[in-house]
Amino acid sequence: MSVDKETVTKIASLARIAISDDEAGALVPELNNILDWVDQLGEVDVSGVEPMSAVIPNKLRMREDIINADPLTGGGVRDKILANAPDAEDGFFAVPKVIE
Amino acid sequence: MMRDLTELGIAAIRDGVAAGEFTAVEVTEAFNANVAAARALNAFIVETPEIALDMAKAVDADRAAGKELGKMAGVPIGMKDLFCTEGTQTTAASTILSGFVPHYESTVSANLWKAGAAMLGKLNLDQFAMGSSNETSAFGNVISPWRIGGGNDAPLAPGGSSGGSSSAVSARLCPAATGTDTGGSIRQPAAFTGITGVKPTYGRCSRWGVVAFASSLDQAGPMAHDVRDCAIMLGSMAGFDPKDTTSLDLPVPDWEAALSSDMRGKKVGIPREYRMDGTDQDILESWDKGIAWLKDAGAQIIDISLPHTQYALPAYYIIAPAEASSNLSRYDGVRYGMREVPEGANLQDMYAATRSAGFGPEVKRRIMIGTYVLSAGFYDAYYTQAQKVRTLISQDFEAAFQKCDVILAPTTPTASFSLGDKSKDPLAMYLNDVFAVPASMAGLPALSVPCGLNKDGLPLGLQIIGNMLDEQSVLNAGLAIEERAGFTARPDKWW
Repeated sequence: MSVDKETVTKIASLARIAISDDEAGALVPELNNILDWVDQLGEVDVSGVEPMSAVIPNKLRMREDIINADPLTGGGVRDKILANAPDAEDGFFAVPKVIE
Repeated sequence: MMRDLTELGIAAIRDGVAAGEFTAVEVTEAFNANVAAARALNAFIVETPEIALDMAKAVDADRAAGKELGKMAGVPIGMKDLFCTEGTQTTAASTILSGFVPHYESTVSANLWKAGAAMLGKLNLDQFAMGSSNETSAFGNVISPWRIGGGNDAPLAPGGSSGGSSSAVSARLCPAATGTDTGGSIRQPAAFTGITGVKPTYGRCSRWGVVAFASSLDQAGPMAHDVRDCAIMLGSMAGFDPKDTTSLDLPVPDWEAALSSDMRGKKVGIPREYRMDGTDQDILESWDKGIAWLKDAGAQIIDISLPHTQYALPAYYIIAPAEASSNLSRYDGVRYGMREVPEGANLQDMYAATRSAGFGPEVKRRIMIGTYVLSAGFYDAYYTQAQKVRTLISQDFEAAFQKCDVILAPTTPTASFSLGDKSKDPLAMYLNDVFAVPASMAGLPALSVPCGLNKDGLPLGLQIIGNMLDEQSVLNAGLAIEERAGFTARPDKWW
């Protein structure tokens, strides 16, 4: 499988990365080189093989239903959370207009 | 004259501080001086000499008060800038996180500070740990302290992504450093710079507070001068953490106490598929030496097969970018890091402009690949197929460990190369990790230990891969090689 410039532009848009027309053009051969190379996976017989998503069988844990059981992942830290925001106002993250 | 404390490794510093031969402050001052004098290597993004001194003073005060000292008391280390450190800038070497100062501490770094280690600074790396030569950092390339010499002073790659860590340890700017390994990022740079690096079993070290690249693969581990130092440091890094859903709820063995280079009764597997075309002759010879050394240590050498080896790297380059494209969606210019707002931009425009300005080319390439292989219509052909191949790779190892205790292989297909040699060709760069990636895909513990120099005088590493949770056998086989290789070479100081 291979991508063309239109597909690259579409992927960039899905990935929320602004790219120029020239950049999209330059990415076509780069991405196709990589995709051609990974295409060799198609030759592997995977019939009856389950896809692996975790290397160690690990049951997801439930934590105790206690507020702020671990203060590191608890609440009440609004100012800390906002401290690194490029723009924060009145205790909220501020962003450009969403609704026209 | 007082001896040069920067010659010492973790064990020697810990023991010397405990015995009162020197103080933690003296050790830290010596390493602070080396860090300040080595800016030509560009190994550090942020230097934190005062923080290191404060932490050292606390250790000296504890000793004076007769308190019990931690396992790394008085040992100053470098922290890869992928670990969030409270109050100290953390960037993953990306512009998109410029100015980010975490309000919390990663579990691994917190564990190390609890053990008495001190932070010399934040180490440079490939941007978001994506790279094998440390040429994708927004803070510039890290230079290896090694040179070919004889008039050839071309700057060499320290490996990646933990290139700041490898360069700094090799040049003795710190006795040890943290690394992270997603597809070879501890082992490959360790091999390139003549140091030892360990990637533990997936889940040994908490990922909490580590900037995520590919979550099913990312593992933190130690990089240091020798196997013992790595065993000590890994013991201080590892441990169950309820804040990481994939953290292993198991006790941390005392790897240092159980170190033994006696390989009698152990079987070492030699995977025939790792004899690949294009592998450097020096590498093949070092592998043969490794076989002879482990035999000498009493091991039985057996031939094994890992039939899906050649598919590990292409499968990795689907799975890792897929996970990265998801993980890196959080960098949106809203919550932390930089923001780019073109005139009249709406929210979507701001996301796209911020990500375009903030991510480097290799990061964008991988996000794009990941987005593509996860997109509707291609998901099964690429992502599901790669996950199935990952199962087969894992099964290959399972079968192999029915027959042997550890696997011996080269760490890399070549020694270090000149900066710029491979950076124009992503595929050539990816192939560097061909021997390292299979163990990552299967979540297995593995280390790289220096074994000698190639004909250009550059270090080579040998890799030991062990069964799930069997770091001990990996460390022990590494120690057997270390004792026999007698690797004492070091780079001539030019920086």
